[in-house]
Amino acid sequence: MMSKTNQPTLQGISSNKTKLRISAIFIIIVGFYLFTSIKTESSLLDLWSGKNGFINIAKSLFPPHWSYASTVMPQLIETLHMAIIATTVAALISIPISLLSAANLFPNPFIHLPVRFIMNVLRTIPDILLALIFVGIFGVGVFPGIMALIIFSLGLLAKLLYETIESIDMNPIEAIRASGGNTMQVIAYAVIPQVLPQFVSFGLYVFEVNVRASLVLGFVGAGGIGLLLNQQVSWANYPNVMTIIIIIFISVVIIDYISNKIRERLI
Amino acid sequence: MTEFTLPPKQKKTPWQKMRPYVIGIILLAIYIWTFTSIEIRWSRVFSQHTIESLTRVIPQLFSPDWSAFGKVMGLMWETLLMAYTGTLMAAILAIPFGFFAARNMVKNKFLNTASKWALNAIRAFPELVLALMFVAAVGPRPFAGVIAIAIGSIGMLGKLYSEVIESIDMNVVEALEANGANKIQVLFYGIIPQIIPEFLSYAIYRFEIDVRASTILGIIGAGGIGTLITIATTNRNWSEVGLILLVIIVVVTLIDIISAQIRKRLV
Amino acid sequence: MIEFKDVSLVYPNGTQGLKNINIQINPGEFVVVVGLSGAGKSTLIRSINRLVKPTGGELLIDNENILKYGSRDLRKLRTKVGMIFQNYNLVKRSSVMKNVISGRLGHTGTLKSLFNLYPKEDQALAYRSLQRVNIADKLYQRSDQLSGGQQQRVAIARVLTQQPNIILADEPVASLDPPTSHQVMTYLRKVNKEDNITTIVNLHFIDMAMEYADRIIGMRAGEVVYDGPVSDVNEATFEEIYGRKIRDEDRVGGSDDE
Repeated sequence: MMSKTNQPTLQGISSNKTKLRISAIFIIIVGFYLFTSIKTESSLLDLWSGKNGFINIAKSLFPPHWSYASTVMPQLIETLHMAIIATTVAALISIPISLLSAANLFPNPFIHLPVRFIMNVLRTIPDILLALIFVGIFGVGVFPGIMALIIFSLGLLAKLLYETIESIDMNPIEAIRASGGNTMQVIAYAVIPQVLPQFVSFGLYVFEVNVRASLVLGFVGAGGIGLLLNQQVSWANYPNVMTIIIIIFISVVIIDYISNKIRERLI
Repeated sequence: MTEFTLPPKQKKTPWQKMRPYVIGIILLAIYIWTFTSIEIRWSRVFSQHTIESLTRVIPQLFSPDWSAFGKVMGLMWETLLMAYTGTLMAAILAIPFGFFAARNMVKNKFLNTASKWALNAIRAFPELVLALMFVAAVGPRPFAGVIAIAIGSIGMLGKLYSEVIESIDMNVVEALEANGANKIQVLFYGIIPQIIPEFLSYAIYRFEIDVRASTILGIIGAGGIGTLITIATTNRNWSEVGLILLVIIVVVTLIDIISAQIRKRLV
Repeated sequence: MIEFKDVSLVYPNGTQGLKNINIQINPGEFVVVVGLSGAGKSTLIRSINRLVKPTGGELLIDNENILKYGSRDLRKLRTKVGMIFQNYNLVKRSSVMKNVISGRLGHTGTLKSLFNLYPKEDQALAYRSLQRVNIADKLYQRSDQLSGGQQQRVAIARVLTQQPNIILADEPVASLDPPTSHQVMTYLRKVNKEDNITTIVNLHFIDMAMEYADRIIGMRAGEVVYDGPVSDVNEATFEEIYGRKIRDEDRVGGSDDE
């Protein structure tokens, strides 16, 4: 033991204060969990008592009904088409928007702050909720689904892109300005070459996101494979459901793989 | 000195010459295929019906029905509880997955690959598809939503955890082993202190995503504010949808801000 | 001719960048501006193409006060004033040719430049400029594959393609090793003599300033504290400009190996 008055007394490895804080945080997290799991009827007890439901469903999914695949494929392709169109349109619109949101190109906060604010708001709205609203306006079909995907991915893409633009090397921009280039030329010669690979990469990433999102848009009548999935589940036709799940799984894995390979080569 | 020497043409291999054309043709083919086979009912999109809906829906969306505020906030609270329960479950259950998938922890190629594949497989499915299955299994209640959130989150958190574990400083582990520490001691003194802040940070980040995901689970009966969205849109009660939108935007934004602050302090 | 008449510059944060500058630079001169970092060298030369805007006085180029220029006149001015930077400021992912041809931007319509539609004369000029700094063989390489010295030569070629009357060089050799530095300075000097382009270079190495300059301007704390032909300059002059003894770090060492 240390005996000098000014020395801190040894109280174990960590100080009491740290111990107290960690315990308090721990108790709050666990306590709140107990509360929420009871409130949402999702405690471990519920999991135990509900296990038969899961087992029954899992059993009834097999064997998948393979011949149903021919009905699923056209819907899958429609889903992919929705994602392709939405990603393309969102990518085109995101270019001017991200340029306007970049503080290094448009230092005037009255330009970039409002644009960013709108994009931030768009990103918080779930795509399926947008789809519901557009179905209300345009009626059921792929069009409201595409619109929902465009708006949601626009927010995402614009954010990724303006952050990239803000991180570019400003030196070439100065050089182009110094040799008499105007704003368009500065963008074409100094900004675009620096951000193009990332732009394509983000576009592919957003395409992946859109494929996943478009799978479920059919739940609310906005086109694609989700319609079949919802239908078959509500008819309790589980072998067909399993067929759809397998097809979704394979196509998502393939798309992610291709997209990842391209993105790796880009940067 | 000749004033007019043109620069020599760039030497390219045949593949380099062909590449832009090949890429162009592939892209063109994809777009032609997409736009010729997608069935957008333009007659419905640009119809009298649409104009009527637009003039009815849009103004109502922007004049939220405040009388429903209590009801909406109650369900938003349930949504947050669901997200919390699901995220915390996943944050804990993802830990073994993370360790099994990390090459520096488990020196068994088969286990590594199997866990990585399991995590990838989970991530191929949107939460809403999982929720649809669980609603079929345990009935339309928040429990189904919580399980969907938990499983979906394990896919992402397990992958991120394994990356964190693979990036830790193994010298510390080696030093402890050299001191004669056993496996459990190495875990608690060498590994956990290195990974805790990042694990927490990722779990909180995932909570942000799960809050967004939980808001829509109710659309297929898995609890939370989404339940109300379905009712309101079926009844064409657009001013209530407007209020729900507003609440989602504000709550999601607040949670993002708080979570970003906490994560900044953690790492 | 470039004339500074009582030019001052105060930055928005209150820092005095330039204080009552009065100098005159004649056509074809090779002027080296020396001073410690923060002395205002960079601000001085960036005023000439208005990358920074002086807040007081008059700055005349060929008898026109450029401080009164609007954006159109400014772009026209900049096509006649080439600039070389410490970090070369090339677009790293673009090819050498694309970087060099961008010297013609000020002379090319926006649409034409977006689609790379340059007249044959411009392409030939860009190529000729690259030949003059001995780097034409790298024509289609990506700029970030070149060494620092090579990138700075590409930057000189870009400026030559601009066909300027004035070249400004802001610490062009600060990021280079001694032999490469001499090479770059030699090219600048050659271009200055062959094309009779007024050249103003910022340097902080005293031996380089002595070797290449016709005339030396010394700056300290935003003021011109020395101005005279290189023949009148000696070590004591530099000590006066720097306000301290000359140290080893003030010399680049090495010699021209070309």
